[in-house]
Amino acid sequence: MSIHLPQTLNEALHMLQVVPHAQILAGGTDFMVEVNFNKHGVHDVIALRHVDELKKWSHDTVAGVVTIGAAVPYADMEHGELAQLFPALAEAARTVGSPQIRAAGTLGGNLGTCSPAGDALPVLFALNAVINVASTHATRSIPVADFMRGPKRNDLAQDELIVSVTIKTVAGWQGYAKVGTRNAMVISVASASLVLDHVNNSSRIALGSVGPTIIRCIQAEQWLQGVYDFTSHQALDDSIATEFGQRVSQESRPIDDHRSTALYRRHAVGVLAKRLLQRGSAQ
Amino acid sequence: MNLSAVRTRRDTLGTSALRPDGGPKVQGSFAFSSDVWADNMLWGATLRSPHPYARIVSIDISEAIKIAGVETVVIAEDVPGQLTYGLIDSDQPVFASEVVRYMGEPVAAVAADHPETCRRALAAIRVEYEVYEPHINPEDSISGAVPAIHPNGNLLRYQRIVCGDQNATGPIVVEGEYEIGMQDQAFLGLEAALAIPDRDGAGLEMIVATQWLHEDRKQIALCLGLPEDKIRLTLGGVGGAFGAREDISLQVHASLLALRTGRPIKMQYSREESFFGHVHRHPAKIWVRHHASADGMIIKIEARMVFDGGAYASTSAAVLINGVTHIQGPYRCANAIVDGFAARTNNPPCGAMRGFGVVQACFAHESQMDKLALACGLSPVEIRLRNAIRTGDRLITGQPVESVAPVERCIRETDAIPLPPDMTPSPHELSLPGGSGRTADRRHIVRGVGWGVSIKNLMYSETFDDFATARCRLQDGVVTLKFATSEVGQGFVTLAPQIARSVLGVDTVIVEPMDTTIGSAGSTSASRQTWMSGGAVDGACRLVRERLFEHVAKEHNIDPLRLEIDDTDIIDTFGTLRIAVANASAGMVFEETFEHHHRPTEDLDENGQGNCHVAFAFVAHRAVVDVDTELGLVKVVQIATAQDVGRALNPLSVLGQIEGGIAQGLGLAVMEEVLMVNGIVKNPSFTDYLLPTALDAPEVVAVLIEEPDPQAPLGAKGVGEPPCISVTPAIAAAIRAATGRAITRVPVRPSDICL
Ligand SMILES: Cc1cc2nc3c(=O)[nH]c(=O)nc-3n(C[C@H](O)[C@H](O)[C@H](O)COP(=O)(O)OP(=O)(O)OC[C@H]3O[C@@H](n4cnc5c(N)ncnc54)[C@H](O)[C@@H]3O)c2cc1C
Repeated sequence: MSIHLPQTLNEALHMLQVVPHAQILAGGTDFMVEVNFNKHGVHDVIALRHVDELKKWSHDTVAGVVTIGAAVPYADMEHGELAQLFPALAEAARTVGSPQIRAAGTLGGNLGTCSPAGDALPVLFALNAVINVASTHATRSIPVADFMRGPKRNDLAQDELIVSVTIKTVAGWQGYAKVGTRNAMVISVASASLVLDHVNNSSRIALGSVGPTIIRCIQAEQWLQGVYDFTSHQALDDSIATEFGQRVSQESRPIDDHRSTALYRRHAVGVLAKRLLQRGSAQ
Repeated sequence: MNLSAVRTRRDTLGTSALRPDGGPKVQGSFAFSSDVWADNMLWGATLRSPHPYARIVSIDISEAIKIAGVETVVIAEDVPGQLTYGLIDSDQPVFASEVVRYMGEPVAAVAADHPETCRRALAAIRVEYEVYEPHINPEDSISGAVPAIHPNGNLLRYQRIVCGDQNATGPIVVEGEYEIGMQDQAFLGLEAALAIPDRDGAGLEMIVATQWLHEDRKQIALCLGLPEDKIRLTLGGVGGAFGAREDISLQVHASLLALRTGRPIKMQYSREESFFGHVHRHPAKIWVRHHASADGMIIKIEARMVFDGGAYASTSAAVLINGVTHIQGPYRCANAIVDGFAARTNNPPCGAMRGFGVVQACFAHESQMDKLALACGLSPVEIRLRNAIRTGDRLITGQPVESVAPVERCIRETDAIPLPPDMTPSPHELSLPGGSGRTADRRHIVRGVGWGVSIKNLMYSETFDDFATARCRLQDGVVTLKFATSEVGQGFVTLAPQIARSVLGVDTVIVEPMDTTIGSAGSTSASRQTWMSGGAVDGACRLVRERLFEHVAKEHNIDPLRLEIDDTDIIDTFGTLRIAVANASAGMVFEETFEHHHRPTEDLDENGQGNCHVAFAFVAHRAVVDVDTELGLVKVVQIATAQDVGRALNPLSVLGQIEGGIAQGLGLAVMEEVLMVNGIVKNPSFTDYLLPTALDAPEVVAVLIEEPDPQAPLGAKGVGEPPCISVTPAIAAAIRAATGRAITRVPVRPSDICL
């Protein structure tokens, strides 16, 4: 077993090419848990700690596009400019673990693990994020919905690295909410992210922990577009929010496990959708 | 409580002396038992059964032993002495040989040069199992519907209590069935020990985190087939216990490996292994019926209590007795008929946990008291005041309550604590149910208030003489104390010097390492060490003081009875003599050892009659919770409590117990549960076994009720267990009040509230 500490992105990609079966280590907050449970066996590790290019984010104000490096930790999304650009991402970041976990855990790691309970993922789905990946010989940009293939499965090839995530800024409202059976530091039992796009007069809602992947509720979104004008600034009728919640709930595909039951998850995710819509329309 | 007000110049009794190990623990420099190390040391590890119930067809260690770095592999047939161990019944195998009876039961152990080598060795041991359908329903064990899963049978204990007129009844009858889930002690310092074999191989030394050094030594000696004096135990740094270190875990395994290899063996569990390596709180189902007069006076209690003991006996028999003898709660009741069962199943073994059987009983009786209040049109406070036990009342066992019993005062003083302010129009999101998940919608948040009051026995029961030993030496004004009392975090290392300072007027007190070179101190459990080891230290210090006074009296030719300690001086109460203790003891050595025994208790007869308990403590809790009724999420806002402490020997320590106990009781109320499906544990990690975080912990407002108990050596009652007992039903009642739901089970799950 060897540990590689590349200094640049190119170096990292090269190592990924030449060290067979190497595993990527970012913040280690998923990786080390698996090591403790002995799920990995002993492999060579490429640690991204020194690759500064991956820890930066940039805002192209002309194109209205923000690119967030794969190794940007949650702590950087919680407050400041990035939080203002993507409040839903900030809200999701604030629910992740504890301050220690948020200082270490990264967006790339959340995508690498690709758990349906990953808190950043519903937000990336609702924001139509694009995942930029690279190897020594090619780069690809994959819509997040195609990137996530299943529970803890993604589209990444063995020699590919997640480099960054590109998100278009949205004029409107966005939010995230997550149910867990503890008031902090808890894995989501059901979560939802809602984006209200005032320019295109449309909405996007994505759900976490209620299906094998993050679930976009296209039908509920379309229904909402038919019954509500986001730009009207009129108070939302409670019955619309309630029906939206019910429709979202119908599109969820939860299961029973030791964290909760399908019945509760289906119910909870509907309540979250309703409340997010009420919050968003009240702005 | 204003703690700074009770700090004085000298850390004597009654002051909030600070823990000597507090700083090192906060700074991370305190050595826990997992931090000890020895030259030439090997690592030990345990192979555990993946099945809850199976026959072992064969065990093949040949591949494991071939791995470079592996020194030895041991299985059942390598145990030189008694093949089983246990606190009450020796029914648990050191290693399973023919059958495994719960998931995680030890099957083999290895010693190797590195933990990773150990892991590979465990993976290389081939165990062939014939898997059986596990028996997981205690009712089947009681009825005999399933064959015995252990030679000792499936009923661990049955106890009935019959008291007064069984035909008595009243105009008000309320009944209910209640369920308590399996809680884990979840101490933070994981199981760990270092076993160092003697050079001649005839004995060993062990440094271990435990609750009771002498009991461990006894069980290790039996299993190793060695005399007890060949085994010396020293307490390692203990990171919490809560009952989970009362049973043997890795002690025998590590000893065996040390003797086999002739090298020091270090063993420590991971968090996951810890969930399998120690006993849990008994899950229980309790049916209760109360008969009462129209004005709410309890006439009769009927109850049927079933405790799931899991695969092995551990302390189930004693837990059951606590359950049945406390089902009346802190309330008068002349007539009762109670049936209690502790059943063996293929679930993980259950045993001691803070509250020891009373937690389960209390959730049932307090839920019933609220039902009774409703049926009689009384408030939760009024129904409890009307029935509150007083000193001298007889329990349903016939035992008179001789302890100070300020139940009424506990309730009134709790009631007098101001309620928290109402929720503000725009509360901080983190303060709402759902916390950092930002799920709350203020319109769906309802506040509820609930009550819980409890009675808890102190010390061991049923004829057990759990004495404590201490030695005090005074030399040149410095006191050295010796005892085997396990310091598991409760603060005896703070208290013992306080006692010596008060009794002997010294400043400097040295506490020697806790080990088995002195007599037993009994277990650090049952809220007993302040009373028992405190009594022993007090007794030893008093004997030394007598000797000191005799010495001074002789020097000054006066009667020693005239002498007294005043601050750090000895004074003649009839004269002018005043001499500093440091001077009086200069060049002298006074040494005395004292054993404190509590008064004897009796066994229960077949009708559950007998003075089986030593003493009792009482407490009241009032919970204020905010509930998101639509999502079923809960935020406990405030716990108000007034606790009968006898005498607060160290108010800060008492408050620590109160706040910690409340957090643990809150955990049981709303989140902490070991989840099982068909005997398989589903959440053996802190990812999914949820403990309260700082954001879940409520504001605690505590009042200490100080009515010194004449039976207690220092007037002080044990304060460790009561805080965690009635807080659970108080929170459940508050959720009931907020939601109108029946809430008959803890932990309360979100779906119990909103679906
Ligand atoms: C106590 C605790 C609490 C937690 N709470 C939460 C929570 O509330 N919500 C939540 O969503 N998660 C939570 N997590 C999980 C974890 O923190 C997140 O998933 C985090 O985003 C992982 O990021 P990381 O940088 O630590 O990833 P790592 O652990 O370093 O890596 C995770 C996986 O991604 C791969 N990977 C990492 N970076 C890249 C890359 N650039 N390219 C390709 N593959 C990559 C790794 O190989 C690995 O397979 C928690 C974890 C812990 C230990």
